[in-house]
Amino acid sequence: MTGGAVAICVMLVIGLLGLIAVRGLAHFWPADVVQASYQVPGQAPMPVLGEIGRSEEVGTARLKSAGLPVSDQQSVYQRSLIKVGNRDLYGSDFRYIIENWLQDRQHPEDVTVLERLEWGNLYGWVIAVKQEGQIVAQDEAAWPALRERLARATDLHAQIAAIEKGRIGAINYALEQLRLEQRRLELAGKLNAEAQAGIDQRSAALKADYRALEADLLELYTELRRDSVVVRTMTGEEVELPLAKTVRAFRPNAMGPVGKLRHYFSKIWEFVAEDPREANTEGGIFPAIFGTVMMVLLMSVFVTPFGVVAALYLREYAKQGLLTRTIRIAVNNLAGVPSIVYGVFGLGFFVYFLGGSIDALFYPEALPSPTFGTGGILWASLTLAILTLPVVIVATEEGLARIPRSLREASMALGATKAETLWRVVLPMASPAMMTGLILAVARAAGEVAPLMLVGVVKLAPSLPLDGNMPFFHLDRKFMHLGFHIYDVGFQSPNVEAARPLVYATALLLVLVIILLNLFAVRVRNRLREKYRALEH
Amino acid sequence: MPNNTAKNHAIDMSALDRGRNENSLQDEKISLEVRDLDLYYGEKRALNKISMQIADKRVTAFIGPSGCGKSTLLRCFNRMNDLVDGVRIDGQINLDGKNIYDRDIDVARLRRRIGMVFQKPNPFPKSIYENVAYGLRLAGIHKKRVLDDTVEWALRGAALWDEVKDRLHENALGMSGGQQQRLVIARAIAVKPEVLLLDEPASALDPISTLKIEELINDLKNDYTIVIVTHNMQQAARVSDYTAFMYLGDLIEFDNTDILFTNPAEKQTEDYITGRYG
Repeated sequence: MTGGAVAICVMLVIGLLGLIAVRGLAHFWPADVVQASYQVPGQAPMPVLGEIGRSEEVGTARLKSAGLPVSDQQSVYQRSLIKVGNRDLYGSDFRYIIENWLQDRQHPEDVTVLERLEWGNLYGWVIAVKQEGQIVAQDEAAWPALRERLARATDLHAQIAAIEKGRIGAINYALEQLRLEQRRLELAGKLNAEAQAGIDQRSAALKADYRALEADLLELYTELRRDSVVVRTMTGEEVELPLAKTVRAFRPNAMGPVGKLRHYFSKIWEFVAEDPREANTEGGIFPAIFGTVMMVLLMSVFVTPFGVVAALYLREYAKQGLLTRTIRIAVNNLAGVPSIVYGVFGLGFFVYFLGGSIDALFYPEALPSPTFGTGGILWASLTLAILTLPVVIVATEEGLARIPRSLREASMALGATKAETLWRVVLPMASPAMMTGLILAVARAAGEVAPLMLVGVVKLAPSLPLDGNMPFFHLDRKFMHLGFHIYDVGFQSPNVEAARPLVYATALLLVLVIILLNLFAVRVRNRLREKYRALEH
Repeated sequence: MPNNTAKNHAIDMSALDRGRNENSLQDEKISLEVRDLDLYYGEKRALNKISMQIADKRVTAFIGPSGCGKSTLLRCFNRMNDLVDGVRIDGQINLDGKNIYDRDIDVARLRRRIGMVFQKPNPFPKSIYENVAYGLRLAGIHKKRVLDDTVEWALRGAALWDEVKDRLHENALGMSGGQQQRLVIARAIAVKPEVLLLDEPASALDPISTLKIEELINDLKNDYTIVIVTHNMQQAARVSDYTAFMYLGDLIEFDNTDILFTNPAEKQTEDYITGRYG
């Protein structure tokens, strides 16, 4: 009976993870591109080129009501979703087709898939590569030339990104700080000619740097814009695509298993390590992973000392009576409060009250644009710290209660005060219990989305809360979060079909992140347990 | 009703005892002096007007049936009873003429002067070295040389050095019960107390370990005043110079060990040591 319950639980977990993993990971596999002709009865045949996706059985009646000329003799039809790409030409990436009406299926090896920065994938045949408008390679020679030039373009892209994000980002940050400094002096009434001259001088120096970088950038951009590729689509149009807007080009039908595997892992790496593109439906989710992990770590930093101190007071110092019992009940009940309520509290207390006060006191120069008076990773972590506080308090209290009296007495008998006994004997021995509390807290916090939406999570954060500009930690910044990313990609995306696999992939990643954080905490706890295993006897 | 008579009886007897104690302790230097000590657990009275003297550099044993208050009395000497909720104490215990229950007493320092070893070995889940050094660190000693020397000295004092000198930095919980108890004694003597309180130190140990502990007590009494609580009358007879017999919170008889075991003045004592007591 109990064994059966456990088995069902395990199967549910495995099944869920399996589903997410299969759906999510399959997305990155380079599927074969099918060329075929699609003929709806009674209409002219249409060329089709694309990846066949999921397929389902659909009742004839439904298809009929959709206006398709289906025959009543067949009760169900196999309907598939085919990704034809070329959204700029056809309006949508995906198209439904009835399998029966798809004829002449072929897998031509020279079909090329081009991933673009805009408008999704482009499917077609490379017919020429151009340099400054002049054709430099055609037909057979076009593909190798494309690969070569694309590598160059990717390299240029990386250089441009490094300059824009790194050095220009730093200059912009410094300029903004300078502006704020000027405003601060102005508000304090200390902006005399001398100070103004100093600021102007530094500003001028920064701007000179900026202009130098801008010149570099311009050069790089010109270089980048040099090449373009001409592609013939399935409907015969010729599209000219600048290589500046191309991410990668590949021929899935010509790839062997090794090539496909390499492509697969490069796509997964892109997903894990790069920034999102195209309203989060393409590219990677690195900022979301980073935001999630950083927020959870910050939360741990806040919740552990606070929870431990509270538990110590409740268990070791407070007089056990009606009041402590009431507090304990209140703490336990806090764990059951819906998380959105914490979000509202965080918004009202942390963001508006604390953040507003901090802005008024310390950042008047930036007003009216808020610094801490708006959602940010600091407030999100604090909100989640409050949300998970009860778990840590309860677990720590239980740990403290399990420390044998004999060890406390041993310490006291050697001349230790109560505080010394707590610090040297009780707390180290209770540390595994604290870690247990923290593990539960992390598991809960990492998966929480609702309160975050009120206190600092955004769809797309322009910069990470940790970067190379002083003071490195920018706790006032808004951040991206995997949980919110799932919601955003899955339900707020303009391109639902393209985003669907990403929902699974992101969910898988979120689960992985939580598992990793937990495993780390469990390892720490087990080491502590091993160290203080006096409790076992 | 029977309880009542026992009490009256006991008060009479303790008055007699006091007269005898002073005689037997005449030649001794007195380390601890208990005067009219009452102890209450809430409403319940656990010790009745105890008065006795503990001789310096001698072993004093407390014997008596379970619940007679001998451990409670022992724990009064280093104020461990302060840690128990609802305990109230009247009377005095003088250490070098100073009442340890005075307000201006620093309890932590008092406990450094009066060390204690508990019934069950309770080493900290730390290394052997750190266990012995614990009290020293509390006392503010952090020089490694001093710590090393004192740890070795204490472990030698507890007849443990030869067994553990090669694994000082291993966890103390890996030792046997007897070793752990000697480690705890080493931990207690490391801070160089004047008095050592032993609360049934051998009751959780096998006979061989017990023997070692008893030998250790014999060695230690040259340097420390030892008060030991024991269930085991043979043990009391073997190790102690003076023995106190307690019953239901009263000190029934206190005398030189040889006299108390061979020629007890009280009927109750005789009944107990001959095993006729329930």
